[in-house]
Amino acid sequence: MGDFVTDIVPILAATLRVATPLILCAMGGLFSERAGIFDIGLEGKMLAGAFAAASVAAFTGSAWLGLGAAIVVALALALLHGFACITYRGNQIVSGVAINILVSGLTIVFGMAWFKRGGQTPSLEAGARFMPIEFLGAAAMRDVPFIGPVYADLIGGHNLLVYIALLVVPLAHWVLTATRFGLRLRAVGEMPLAVDTAGISVYWLRYRAVLICGLLTGIAGAYLSIAQNAAFSRDMSAGQGFIALAAMIFGKWRPWPAFGACLMFGFIDATAIRLQGVRLGDFGEVPVQAIQVLPYLLTVILLAGFMGRAVAPKAGGVAYVKEH
Amino acid sequence: MPAVIPSVTRGEGRNAPPAIVLRDIHKHFGLVHANRGVSLSVAAGSITGIVGENGAGKSTLMSILYGLYAADSGEILVDGRPVTISSPRDAIAAGIGMVHQHFMLVDTFTVLENIVLGAEDGPLLRRSIASARKEIERLEREYGLKVDPDALVGDLPVGEQQRVEILKVLYRGASTLILDEPTGVLTPQEAEQLFRILQALRERGVTVILITHKLREIMAVTDEVYVMRQGQIVAHRRTQYTSREELAELMVGRKVRLSLDKPPCRPGPALLKARNLNLRDKRGCVVLNNVSLTLRTGEIVGIAGVSGNGQSELLEVLSGIRAPDGGEIVVGDRHITAQAPASPAEMRQLGLGHVPEDRHRYGMVGSFTADETAILGYHQDARFNKGLLLDRRAMNAHCAMLMENYDVRPRRPDLNSTHFSGGNQQKLILAREIERNPRILLVGQPTRGVDIGAIEFIHRELLRMREAGCAILVVSVELDEIMSLADRILVMAGGQITGEVDGASADERTLGLMMANCWTPAAAETLVTVDAAEGASAAQSGLAWTTP
Repeated sequence: MGDFVTDIVPILAATLRVATPLILCAMGGLFSERAGIFDIGLEGKMLAGAFAAASVAAFTGSAWLGLGAAIVVALALALLHGFACITYRGNQIVSGVAINILVSGLTIVFGMAWFKRGGQTPSLEAGARFMPIEFLGAAAMRDVPFIGPVYADLIGGHNLLVYIALLVVPLAHWVLTATRFGLRLRAVGEMPLAVDTAGISVYWLRYRAVLICGLLTGIAGAYLSIAQNAAFSRDMSAGQGFIALAAMIFGKWRPWPAFGACLMFGFIDATAIRLQGVRLGDFGEVPVQAIQVLPYLLTVILLAGFMGRAVAPKAGGVAYVKEH
Repeated sequence: MPAVIPSVTRGEGRNAPPAIVLRDIHKHFGLVHANRGVSLSVAAGSITGIVGENGAGKSTLMSILYGLYAADSGEILVDGRPVTISSPRDAIAAGIGMVHQHFMLVDTFTVLENIVLGAEDGPLLRRSIASARKEIERLEREYGLKVDPDALVGDLPVGEQQRVEILKVLYRGASTLILDEPTGVLTPQEAEQLFRILQALRERGVTVILITHKLREIMAVTDEVYVMRQGQIVAHRRTQYTSREELAELMVGRKVRLSLDKPPCRPGPALLKARNLNLRDKRGCVVLNNVSLTLRTGEIVGIAGVSGNGQSELLEVLSGIRAPDGGEIVVGDRHITAQAPASPAEMRQLGLGHVPEDRHRYGMVGSFTADETAILGYHQDARFNKGLLLDRRAMNAHCAMLMENYDVRPRRPDLNSTHFSGGNQQKLILAREIERNPRILLVGQPTRGVDIGAIEFIHRELLRMREAGCAILVVSVELDEIMSLADRILVMAGGQITGEVDGASADERTLGLMMANCWTPAAAETLVTVDAAEGASAAQSGLAWTTP
C-alpha cells in the first residue's frame, strides 16, 4: 500500500502540473469557440505569453510583472484574431494559423536580439518565478501514511498558477450556465441572428469571449516559462495548445468534461515521463520518442473513434455579417 | 392605378392615435430603390395586413420599423410620438416586437432561456428564469399560448417554435407585433391556431401587423390591408370591402386569374413506378419510409406536406441524385434499386426532366451566364459541342429561343444567371427541362420566390405538358398550388405517404390533418362531431387514405 502511494502520488502530482497549461488553454478556447470564434491560435498565444513572461521576469526580477506581460501580449494577439475574424470577417482558421507562425518566429527573433542565447531567455532566480507553495504543516505530515504524501505533494506543493487553473474550471462552468453573459455567449455561438434581433451586440460579445481566451492563454504561457520552467526556450509550447484544443473538443465544448480530458492527457504525459528508461522484456529500453508520441497517438485514436459525435457550436467559424 | 387612399373612416381610431405611422420612408440598396416614399398608418388594436409580391419591399419596410435596417429618409411615429429606431433595442423599447419568417431561436436552449435572452433581469440567470416562468404562465392563460417552458426549442414542432417567438415578443412588453410571412412553415391547422391567437391579442389591445403574400390569410384575419408594389404602397383597403381578386390585381398591376381552367384529366399508362422506397440520412434517421407512387401519362400528381417531411429526399431519389436504400423505381424496363442505382444523367436519358426545389443549389450556377445555365445537364449534346469545345453560338441561339418562347426577361443570354429575378430564373430552368419533351417531369416548389405573373405562366405550362401526355410530379408546400394543379394529391408526413386524395374533391382541412399525420378514421369522426358540416363533406368526398 505504502509503495503504491509513493508510486502514484508523484504521477498524479505530475499529471496536475502537466495538465495546468492544457486546462487554461482549453477553458480559454472554450469561451472563444462557444461564442462562435474558432481558435486554432491557442498555441501561439500561449507561446507569446511564455516569452513575454520570461523576458519581463528576466529584466525586472518580478514574477508578477512577468505574468502581467504574458497576459497583455496574449490579449493583444487575441484582439488581433478578433479584429481579423470578427470585424473583418476573415477566415478564423487562417488567422489562427497565422498567429501561430508569427509567434513562433517572432519569439526567436526577439529572444536572439535581446538575450543573444539562441532564442533562449536567461535562467530565472526563484524570486522571478512562481514557486511551489508549501502547505501548512506539510513537512510534518509527510510521514503520515497515505494522507501525508497526498496532502503534501498532491494537494499542496504546487505553484499558484496550478490552483488558478483549477479554479477557472468551476468558474467557467458557472459563468456559462448561470450568468446573463454566459447565456448570451452561448447564444451567439449558436444563432448570432437571435442575439442581434434581441438588441444585443454580436461583435462586442464575441470580442469579450476572445479576450477571455487571451487572458487564460496568457496565464498558461506564463506558467510554462516562469512557473513550470525557469526560462523560455524556443517553441517550448510544443503543441500543447493543440492538445488543449483536442481536449476541449473531446469534452464537447463543456468545462467539466474538457477538464477531464485535460487531466487524461496530462496523466498520459506524466506516465510517459515515468516510462522513460523502463526496459520492456526482449525489446530492451523503450525509445524516448516512442513514449513521447503516445499522447498524440491517443488523441488521434480518441478523436477518431471513441468520442461519438462532437457537436460544435452551430455558428462556429462563421463570421457574422450585420445587415444595414 | 389607384393611388394611396388617404384615410379610412375608423370608429376605434378616432380617440386613440395610430399605433404606428410611417411617413415617406425611402430605402436604397445599391441601385435598387426598395422603398419609395412609403407612408402608412396602423390603427391601435387592429390587425393590419401588408401584401405584396416577393421583392415588393414589405420585409424591407418592416425591417426598418424594427431597426434592422436604417431608412435613408422618412419618419416613424409610435403612438403619435416621433421616434428614432436605429437598432432592434430601440424598437423593443418603443414597444415593437417582430416574429421573423425564419425563427430567431437558439435550438439548443430551452424555451425559457430563449425567451429570457436579451431581456434578463440582472447579471445572474436564476432570477430572470424564475420571473419569466411566472410571466409565461400568465401569458399562457391570457392568450392560450401553450408551450412547455422547459422543452428544448430544437425539439419543438415549428408551430410551437412560432409560439415561443410570439411569447418572446410579448415578454418584452410589446404592444405592436409584426409577423413576417408567419404561415409559410405551418400546417393549415397550425395557421388557424395562429390566427386565433392573433385575434385574442387584438381583443386585449395588441396591434398586429401581418406581412404575407397569401391573400386568403389577409381576407381571413385582417381589419385593414395595404398593398405594396415595387417599393410603393399602391392601395389601402378595409378588408371587408375588398376581395382576393382585387388585391391580386393591385399587387401585380394587371388582371390575374387565380384559378386555373383545367381540362378533365385522362390518365394513361404508368410511366414511373416507385415501390417501397426507403432512405436514411447521414445520422441514420429514416427520411423515406416505404414510399410508393405511380406517375401516369397525362396526369399531375401533387405532393403536399409541411417542408422537411421527406419531399426533398423523394425528389432526389426519383431524379437519381441519391440512390434509395431500399425499394425500387421502375421506368420502362429499367429497375433502379440500391444495388443498381441510376445517375441523374441516366434518368435524363430515360426521359425524365427535373426542375429542382432549390434552384440556386441544384438548378443553376449563379455565376454562369444564362445560355450556360440553359444547357446544364445537356451540355454533352452534340448540338452544343464542336469537337472538344462548346459551340457558343449554338448555345446562345438555343437560349435566345427559350427566352422568347418562355418569356424570360430580360432576353439576354449573356447575362449572369443571378441577375435574373426568381421568376425568370425559374422560367429558364423550366424551359430547359420542358424543351427536351420529357416523358416524366419532376417539379419541386414550382413557384417558390416567383411573382404572381410568372406563377400563372408556370402553371399553364405544366398543364400544357400534361395535355401533351407527360407524367408530372409536383412537390409544393403551397397547398393552394397543389390543390389547383394536381389531379391526384399525395400527402407526406414523417417520410411516409399519409394520405391520397382526389384532386377535385380535396379539402384543406383533410389535407391538413394528413400533413400532421393525424388523419385516421377516428380523427374523421371527431371532425364530424366538431364541425358537422365540413366533416361530413370531407367524409363523403370519396377520400382514400392510408393509416400510418
